[in-house]
Amino acid sequence: MRSKRTVFENRRIQLVFWVVLALCYLLGIFFVGLGVKESAYGICFEDKFLAPSLRHPFGTDGLGRDMFFRCMKGLSTSMVIGILAAVVSSFLALVMGILSAVLGGFVDKFINWAVDLCMGLPHIVLLLLISFMMGKGMKGVTIAVALTHWPALTRLVRSEVLQIRSSLYVQTAYRMGKSPYQVAVTHMIPHVLPTYVIGLILLFPHAIMHEAAITFLGFGLPAEMPAIGVILSEAMNHIAAGKWWLALFPGLLLLTVVVLFDVIGDNLKKLWNPQSGNQ
Amino acid sequence: MQLTVEGISFRYGKRLPWILKDVDFTIKSGQRIGLLGTSGYGKSTLGKILAGYEKPIEGKVLLDGRALDDKGYCPVQMIHQHPELAVNPRWKMRQILYEAYTPEEKLLQQMGLELSWLNRWPRELSGGELQRFCIARALAPETKFLVCDEITTMLDVITQAQIWQFLLEVAEKRQLGMVIITHNPELGKRVCTDVVRIDELGT
Amino acid sequence: MKKENILKVEDLTVSFSRYQKGFHKTSLEVIHSLSLEVNSGEIVAVVGSSGSGKSLLAHAVLQLLPQNAKTKGEILYRGNSLGEKQSRKLLGREISFIPQSVDYLDPLMRVGAQVQGVYGTKERQQMLFQQFGLAQDTQQKYPFQLSGGMARRVLISAALMENAKLMIADEPTPGLSVDLAMDTLKYFRNVADQGAGVLLITHDIDLALQVADRIAVFYAGTILELAPTEDFVKGGQALRHPYSRAFMSALPQNEFQPLAGSQPYAGNLPKGCLFAQRCSLCDEQCKSEDAALMRQVAGGKVRCIHAIDQDRNREIGNRHQAMAGI
Repeated sequence: MRSKRTVFENRRIQLVFWVVLALCYLLGIFFVGLGVKESAYGICFEDKFLAPSLRHPFGTDGLGRDMFFRCMKGLSTSMVIGILAAVVSSFLALVMGILSAVLGGFVDKFINWAVDLCMGLPHIVLLLLISFMMGKGMKGVTIAVALTHWPALTRLVRSEVLQIRSSLYVQTAYRMGKSPYQVAVTHMIPHVLPTYVIGLILLFPHAIMHEAAITFLGFGLPAEMPAIGVILSEAMNHIAAGKWWLALFPGLLLLTVVVLFDVIGDNLKKLWNPQSGNQ
Repeated sequence: MQLTVEGISFRYGKRLPWILKDVDFTIKSGQRIGLLGTSGYGKSTLGKILAGYEKPIEGKVLLDGRALDDKGYCPVQMIHQHPELAVNPRWKMRQILYEAYTPEEKLLQQMGLELSWLNRWPRELSGGELQRFCIARALAPETKFLVCDEITTMLDVITQAQIWQFLLEVAEKRQLGMVIITHNPELGKRVCTDVVRIDELGT
Repeated sequence: MKKENILKVEDLTVSFSRYQKGFHKTSLEVIHSLSLEVNSGEIVAVVGSSGSGKSLLAHAVLQLLPQNAKTKGEILYRGNSLGEKQSRKLLGREISFIPQSVDYLDPLMRVGAQVQGVYGTKERQQMLFQQFGLAQDTQQKYPFQLSGGMARRVLISAALMENAKLMIADEPTPGLSVDLAMDTLKYFRNVADQGAGVLLITHDIDLALQVADRIAVFYAGTILELAPTEDFVKGGQALRHPYSRAFMSALPQNEFQPLAGSQPYAGNLPKGCLFAQRCSLCDEQCKSEDAALMRQVAGGKVRCIHAIDQDRNREIGNRHQAMAGI
């Protein structure tokens, strides 16, 4: 019995549907942004402060630049930074989490201390400091975002590894003559991987938001680069003058991107964990 | 063959009380010793030390006079009370069963294990079925001693009788030495050649 | 004291929807048309192997099943239908529950406060802790500081805080020493003697034989036989179902004789009698739908068409003899 209705009630199909939809949207923005030429959002004083229209779907700013293409370009820059940051941070988290759980003792104490320290400081302050130290700009932002997103994931990896290390079936595997390497490959990695991948995906929205935030505050990408943070901070000057489109569309776009990454992460989590996927 | 522990003491932390203190214990091939006694006296801990899951703080575990090797297949295998904790929930039964060695199909038939179950996940089997897989997995040819920690406590009595009937047969044929931890004196009387009370071991 | 019907389960069926390969969604029936009554002043034990779905019965009665479960049939508490709302309201006051897993304790709350709950008093909690051999400082501890046996005693104390009308205990004794298990059972007896109904779910037939008034034999998701405990103590022909007889003769203190085969798997159940594949009495009749129905035989209930009412047989036999005499 698989009528049309049961297809829609089928939780797994729903989950996969949302994941695919979100992926299409995000990849779309990413590639459109990469492909946009600088001339598409060039300065054109005749067209300044145009409200949204068919020719300029998101309107234009005070220099007559097309906001749609600027947003696209800015978001794809954000995503590149997000990917870099997520890869670096999650790699750090994986290494530190495993070291912490496997070596224990002093190493464990030190890594836990570092995690507590980083999580104890306001995240944005840490980001600003590192970005400023690294000379701001693309380099500063990327390094700052990449170096500050590992603590939560480190904790997660550590607890997963600790849990499986003490499990009876891993201990039994050792008694059956399996080497630590064999146990790591056959038992531990398959156990930690799902948590790790989902953690990695859920890192993206954080990284993107933080990039936008420090750029907005003027410690990130330079003003001449199209970036959501730059666009939003410029828009602040014109909101009082009724130029609503300058803040609304870029803001909405940023929000949907962040939410969609979250949707992907959450749905994958449910698909991976059969217990919650069944509900 | 002979498995001996000499003067072992054990506790889980430096400030915690001793669970085992100066315990001596010997078991020979073909012997089935029942360890009876109330919980909290370290029956399971003694079993774990015999099978190499825990290292004693003091004392030695010797197999024919030689210390047990940490690496390689341990000739003393242990079967646990909760089989669902002793199998990887992300593996299918085939992978679980074949982790240590490849059991003959005859053995599986004798145990009442169906070949189609090999394609199932652990959560799709009952406790009794899982426990039988765990027993089959522990019966590699290198196994000389078997520690059974309350292995049928969570099962119904028919499954319990099935499992013990099979285990006794195998133990006779292969002259296995067995340490049988149980709280049920009636079961101890049925399956063991000797019965020891844990509180009488050591001081 | 007049006997009151505390819990009545009528024709309860529980099924789970789940996913097999890919997107294929199937429904798996784990409890099939199960009926059970618990009266005031009695302990009814449900005995079956672990993993056979006994715990689901408790969860179904208390409306604690996960979202992907569907139930059919009726659950009546003192004559009123027990829904999710009523269950929430009654749980912890009129209905108490001893769960199987110690994970039911709140990890962030000291156990003393947890056991007292909303309606309990400190005096009663301290009294119970003392009775179950828990040291005074236990109440200041958090669940992670307790051993398995201690946690179980804490759960039992929590269930005994209120004078419940219905108590449901799901595997209450593993991890307890023999003495403590006996104490716990005595407590259950007390609770029942004060007019409550106790539903004891366990895999341990020895335990059931010691305290229960009636025993229900649980097999492949339903009850095969429900009979007074005396019948189980007598064993043999006093029992109505061949599975119950096999059950008793598999005990180490009896013949220790195993019955071959295993319980059929939910989703792959035979038609008609669930026990047919392993039964020596099985014939064509047993494969009919009718064979799976619960019938009343000699003061007990049984799902077997070959069950014979010994008393009635004798009566009929006598009558035949009397007629032959004429």
